[in-house]
Amino acid sequence: MNKTYLYRIDWLIIICYISLVLFGAVNIYSTTYDNSMNQGFSPESLAGKHIIIFFVSFLLGFLILFIKTQFFQQLSYVIYFVSILSLIGLFFFGETVNSATSWYLIKGISLQPSELAKIGTALAISRHLSDFNTDIKKTKSLLTGLILILIPFLLIILQPDPGSAIIFGSFFLVFFREGLSFNYLFFLLIALILFISTLLIEVKYIIILLVIFSLMIFYILNRPSKKIKIFPYIIFILVSTTFILSVNFIFDSVFEQRHRDRFNVILGLVEDTQGLGYNVNQSKIAIGSGGLKGKGFLEGTQTKGNFVPEQQTDYIFTTVGEEWGFVGSSLLILIFVILIVRMLNQAEKQTNIFRRNFIYSICILLFSHFTINIGMSLGLLPTIGIPLPFISSGGSSLLSFSLLIFIYLNFDSNRLNEW
Amino acid sequence: MKRYYLQILTLLVASIFILRLLLLQIFNSEYKSLSEDNAVLESPIYPERGFIFDRNGKILVANQIAYDLMVIPENTKIFDTVELSKLINLSIDEFKLNFYKAKKFSRKIPSIILGEISKEDHAYIQEKLWKYDGFYLQKKSIRKYYHDIGSNFLGYISEVNDLDIKKDKYYKTGELIGRQGIEKYYENILRGKKGKKFFQKDRFNRIIGSYKNGKYDLLPETANNLKLTIDLELQKYGESLFKNKRGGIVAIEPKTGEILALITAPNYNPNILLGRDRSKNYRKLAKDTISKPLFDRGLQAQYSPGSPFKVLNALIGLQEGVINKNHSYVCNKGHFYAKDAFMECHCKVGTKNNLITAIHQSCNSYFAKTYKKIINSKETVSQGLDIWSNHLKSFGLGDYLGYDLSIGQKGFIPNSIYYNNWYRDGGWKASTIISNAIGQGEILTTPIQMANFTAAIANRGYYVTPHFLKSTSEIKTRKFKKKMTTIDSIHFKPVIEGMEKVVKYGTARIAQIKNIEVCGKTGTVENFIKINGKKTQLTDHSMFIAFAPKTQPKIALAVFVENGYWGSRWAAPIASLMIEKYLKNKVERKWLENRILKGSLEIEYSKHLSGKPFKINE
Repeated sequence: MNKTYLYRIDWLIIICYISLVLFGAVNIYSTTYDNSMNQGFSPESLAGKHIIIFFVSFLLGFLILFIKTQFFQQLSYVIYFVSILSLIGLFFFGETVNSATSWYLIKGISLQPSELAKIGTALAISRHLSDFNTDIKKTKSLLTGLILILIPFLLIILQPDPGSAIIFGSFFLVFFREGLSFNYLFFLLIALILFISTLLIEVKYIIILLVIFSLMIFYILNRPSKKIKIFPYIIFILVSTTFILSVNFIFDSVFEQRHRDRFNVILGLVEDTQGLGYNVNQSKIAIGSGGLKGKGFLEGTQTKGNFVPEQQTDYIFTTVGEEWGFVGSSLLILIFVILIVRMLNQAEKQTNIFRRNFIYSICILLFSHFTINIGMSLGLLPTIGIPLPFISSGGSSLLSFSLLIFIYLNFDSNRLNEW
Repeated sequence: MKRYYLQILTLLVASIFILRLLLLQIFNSEYKSLSEDNAVLESPIYPERGFIFDRNGKILVANQIAYDLMVIPENTKIFDTVELSKLINLSIDEFKLNFYKAKKFSRKIPSIILGEISKEDHAYIQEKLWKYDGFYLQKKSIRKYYHDIGSNFLGYISEVNDLDIKKDKYYKTGELIGRQGIEKYYENILRGKKGKKFFQKDRFNRIIGSYKNGKYDLLPETANNLKLTIDLELQKYGESLFKNKRGGIVAIEPKTGEILALITAPNYNPNILLGRDRSKNYRKLAKDTISKPLFDRGLQAQYSPGSPFKVLNALIGLQEGVINKNHSYVCNKGHFYAKDAFMECHCKVGTKNNLITAIHQSCNSYFAKTYKKIINSKETVSQGLDIWSNHLKSFGLGDYLGYDLSIGQKGFIPNSIYYNNWYRDGGWKASTIISNAIGQGEILTTPIQMANFTAAIANRGYYVTPHFLKSTSEIKTRKFKKKMTTIDSIHFKPVIEGMEKVVKYGTARIAQIKNIEVCGKTGTVENFIKINGKKTQLTDHSMFIAFAPKTQPKIALAVFVENGYWGSRWAAPIASLMIEKYLKNKVERKWLENRILKGSLEIEYSKHLSGKPFKINE
């Protein structure tokens, strides 16, 4: 650490980070504000805790800035191993809240090990991708990478916490940076389309459509001058059919009714604003009623009336929408975009593959949380319970994202210190 | 590609979000109103409904507390339905139905199980209600009637229906509105103006505090008390006199037009339209098409006026100069008014009547001849009739009087257009319409119109529009214009003299009161109804108009007793008792009072309903 360190630090990211956390505290305060109590701001309140965690993160973050970057790379697998252990430990010592065993309760402080696992998994994947022997285009390397993701993914599914599990699944996106063929993304997209259509249309019709569609493409592409093989198309049809049937089976037999309901509501298969669709509908009303400029701080009638459930955590964006309106909501989205794009740009300047992939992992985490959380609040995605980074109330989430930001700051500042 | 895919994805998602926000927040105003319905409760604050007093400040109507038994279905536990329904005196089926409706409406919001429980029942129920979780009693204000009188003009209040809400946006479901009489006519004064209070609700529709610290709250405007022109004691007395009879009394203070009493019989006790049996009782009243208790005979019944009408013809005759005070005609038990057309009279053969004797003897011949002269006094009979008709209209006949209740009838005074339509042009002459001379024929008047023209005679030439409202908390005195009749005041003197003699020596000697000069005129009105499509004559109506004292009259009234036969049999004594009660504050003629109080005409009324042949005028 020398004098120039302060010059090299990414102040833009710090500004984005601080403004997000403070804006989060303001909104948490609003959702928990009760005008009959007329209470002020207290450290016991959720907003107070948010600020306290913020200070704690700053202290820890300051320490992180002085840690040598090699340290992270070398300890990657250790941290990963510890976080996996902490996930396994949940099955023995975990606390069950809302039928999910995702918490440790130590002296009144609850910790969510899946948040730690996010850091651990990010480190492990980055480490794996930066290894000399790794070539992601090779099946072996790809499989190793997938296993690193799959272990925490399955452990979290078992809690069960499907929301966080999806986040872990999204780590898959890092592989594309290392040259994984975008065909996989294409297949993923097709799988998604097939998945949704399975829920919308009867299985036999999808299969018929699939066959017609594939054969049509085959005949269009198949010209006398340039013969192509029919074999891959048949494989595609068979794989897709299997996929559809298994989706159908999983949806009907493995999913619980509440999971099914969430998909049904978002796909418009069920119209029920009082029961199943209550959350989504109330969320849209709250956001929609905000208008251009919003109703103002503490003036949100929907927020005060607690119409939206879990508003301080998963549905915090509805408060933003109601009290700060289109202007405030767009600004919040803009800050997230700046944060992610800026970090990605900086990552590209890294010469060290480990550090670059780690920053990519951070961005993927931010991106997936941002997309799923706000998408859900806006009624574009099914109800998936995950927090909005820096904004939602919840210590573990804020702490882990803060630490990730500081690790980024460390990596970014030491970009030129090649070792 | 691999350097930018994540940036592109991020920007793509962000733009989808911003587009979605645009749609939700800017281009869709539906969510704003949804949010208000959702989260803000507008709750009215009601001022207490105004009281109603009589002219002497005695209270007639005030408010009392009643209780609604409410339930919040969510809070109930298993309870003994039979026991609870017994406690509140409701049948089990009804109780179950109400409870089911409450549950269906909302499990979290209170609903009424039983409305308007009296104070007495309340104490009893309250004592045992602790056993039943989720049930509680809620205070409510309803009307309290201090006397069992005047339901015809007081009216009543009840909850607004869909039609009321449609007509006047002021009202919301469950609020009260004046239904008839004073309660309806002075609704705006009595109700005041409700205020508003806004509350913030939570997602269970529970109130969690005031909305924006009461910034938008509105204080209610206080309601006004009303002082009526009605004299409680007189009204009460009049109603008691009419027990077992049908008909009514309209009593007016001539100088001011203030209505002292408005009696219609049969009437009902205003208290039966309170509380939980209101609709049941109302249906019963509305279904009674024989005695018609909801029909205000004083304002709505149109009768032929009969003999009292003769005094008006006398006045018109004097005004038009076709007769004078001393002019006399001979009557031979009646007279031939046209070829082969004889009008009977009870005068002896060879009686010579001047104006005054004609009035107190109620000589048909005299007034038939006078009427003929009036009609023939102008170039054509049409002109003559119209002059006559206009004179009558100046007494407030043939049209609404404009008093402050929203029910009434115009009555009918024929003019030339009417007869020209009826008989074709020129197909009629004075003798054709001669019945009008003695108050039969086509003329129709309501009792209040008769009381009003009596007041105009008492005032010697003018009347003040009759009214019920004396003052309110805000308006201390009300000003009214004198309405002048078209008869010069000098012509009233002989007519009044004649009316005085009616009581002193004539047909209504029974109406004499010691030390009070009563002026009056009896009437015996032929009337017909249709039984099985056949016009059938019933016993005559007994009719009497009067004012007293002769100088500086304090009361003018019209009394009519349906099928009471001749005027002095029922109507005159009743009028006389009313005058005595009002001017002397007590009635000395107990024998007469007893005769009236005990007298019943129920047998007379049941005659034509029995289906058997019957005799009239027995």
